[in-house]
Amino acid sequence: MNRKKQHWIYASLGVAVVVLFFVGLVHGAVRIPLGDVIRILLGSYDGKEAWRHIVLESRLPQTVTALLAGGSLAVSGLMLQTLFKNPLAGPSILGISDGANLGVAIAMIYLGAASYLTTIIAALIGAAVVLLIILGFSRKVSSNVMLLIIGIMVGYLASSVISILNYHASADKVHQYVMWGMGDFSGVSLAKLPWMAGFSLAGLLGSLLLIKPLNALLLGESYAANLGIHVRRARVAILVCTGVLTAVVTAFCGPISFIGLAVPHIARLLLGSANHKHLLPVTLLTGSCIAQLCSILTVTPGSNTVLPLSAITPILGAPVIIYVIVNRKNLHYFN
Amino acid sequence: MPRVPAIETRNLRIGYTSRTGERIVHPDLNLKLFAGEVTALLGRNGAGKSTLLRTLCGLQPALSGTILIEGRLLGNYTPGELSAKVGIVLTEQTHAGGITVYELVSLGRYPHTGFFGTLGESDHEVIRLAIRSVGLSDKQERYVAELSDGERQKTFIAKTLAQECPIILLDEPTAFLDITSRIETMVTLRALAHRQHKAILLSTHDLDTALQLADRLWLQPAFDPATGEAGPMVCGTTEDLVADGSLSRFFGSDTLTFDPATRRLIARNEK
Repeated sequence: MNRKKQHWIYASLGVAVVVLFFVGLVHGAVRIPLGDVIRILLGSYDGKEAWRHIVLESRLPQTVTALLAGGSLAVSGLMLQTLFKNPLAGPSILGISDGANLGVAIAMIYLGAASYLTTIIAALIGAAVVLLIILGFSRKVSSNVMLLIIGIMVGYLASSVISILNYHASADKVHQYVMWGMGDFSGVSLAKLPWMAGFSLAGLLGSLLLIKPLNALLLGESYAANLGIHVRRARVAILVCTGVLTAVVTAFCGPISFIGLAVPHIARLLLGSANHKHLLPVTLLTGSCIAQLCSILTVTPGSNTVLPLSAITPILGAPVIIYVIVNRKNLHYFN
Repeated sequence: MPRVPAIETRNLRIGYTSRTGERIVHPDLNLKLFAGEVTALLGRNGAGKSTLLRTLCGLQPALSGTILIEGRLLGNYTPGELSAKVGIVLTEQTHAGGITVYELVSLGRYPHTGFFGTLGESDHEVIRLAIRSVGLSDKQERYVAELSDGERQKTFIAKTLAQECPIILLDEPTAFLDITSRIETMVTLRALAHRQHKAILLSTHDLDTALQLADRLWLQPAFDPATGEAGPMVCGTTEDLVADGSLSRFFGSDTLTFDPATRRLIARNEK
């Protein structure tokens, strides 16, 4: 593979992350100049207290959350696509996000979850249950299309249980849940950020350690086993990482569709390779950039309205998926 | 001096276990596979050639009996050790179209590399040599998806060479190939067996090429569930089996006969 092209891709993505980070801090309902933003970050700012508050309490956590959540969703989408050998796999398609949603709904409505730790654990349990169901079926059902359909059905089941729960819940609980369900990166305060960052970085670190088995799995499970990979262990490790990444993002930011599905494809197109050694880091960085871009696009300068995140992600994601499917040349990444 | 077989089986019973009990594919196999030879496994569809190959490399458990890999029990190898002994080429579909030939062959180094699979200079040397052995050096930067079926088959053979395993098992390596690639693949395998002293076992339906290029034949009979018996696996050098009429007995039927002179299966003349 072309080494020069790789360096170029890493460099541009690195620059993009940094630029988008600062755009996220500058851009918003109130315009704060870059110079002031930097001074606020460095702690040498002695201007308006409101500005300092906006940057440190609102924009900084939102930006960091978007970068981490985007990378997390994209990486879990990539791992699921490799594991299920299916280009249309992703955390939201396989019902894993819905499982996490259901966990959060139960926690919010029945346990009155005020603590974010409860929310995370609930999301994690929900995601794990769906993962176990899919894992169980994956032993019985050999066709990946069938497995995908089972995932979608499990997702519908989870959604309908959520609807029934909402029907019986009190109005304020439902409101709380609906607000969470809109999906946005602004719900994480500076105090919660270490939790979000901790779980998310742990999941990302775990997935970076899985590059070797992921590459072997490109050849299928028999070949992977013949190469000395402990397939069952690798499968569980991949699903655990995917579960943690999806659950932590869903718990803190609500359900976010399309990033997990679309970004791995964008990364493959950029890199021109399915080798996880580079595909996984590039997917991570691309996910961060795209999520942060979406996050920036939800805010209209000079107004106080914020678009829901789920209104933006499909606009970026759907054309990519259609392009990948229509342009058969790119399908070779899966053949 | 008696040679230690690369693979030896004693009273090996292969098949599947399900809730309803065992489904036996063959009840009693006593086989010896030797290094430096190409052995072709012939048999009708459903005779269980794939089952035998998958059992010999540890991908599926034997129902009973013993498998020795270079004199040591298969069960006593760790997955890592076994992957450095037996390499496989299968018919199953892979999703490796988006990596290059070089990258695919380098996956063969996995048994010899550490946790992260980092390749050293000696690994790269082995990979280059493996690709050269199958004659794909000029295509090593191509995507696997861009290869012809024959080239893809050779890439997977090169992967087993990068594994540096003394035993290579191939499940119908020539199945989807045109006649030229079929013979090329067989010639490549023969060269590997004779020059690099590999033990090569391949299943095939291609009788012509097998008779021309395999050193030894294993004729696997189908298991008859009604009688609960299967004939013994017929093993021998290609010349002996042609000469002693084994091939005629194995393939002969009401409609077919094996002609030792032309070494072909021919339809019986209607009289």
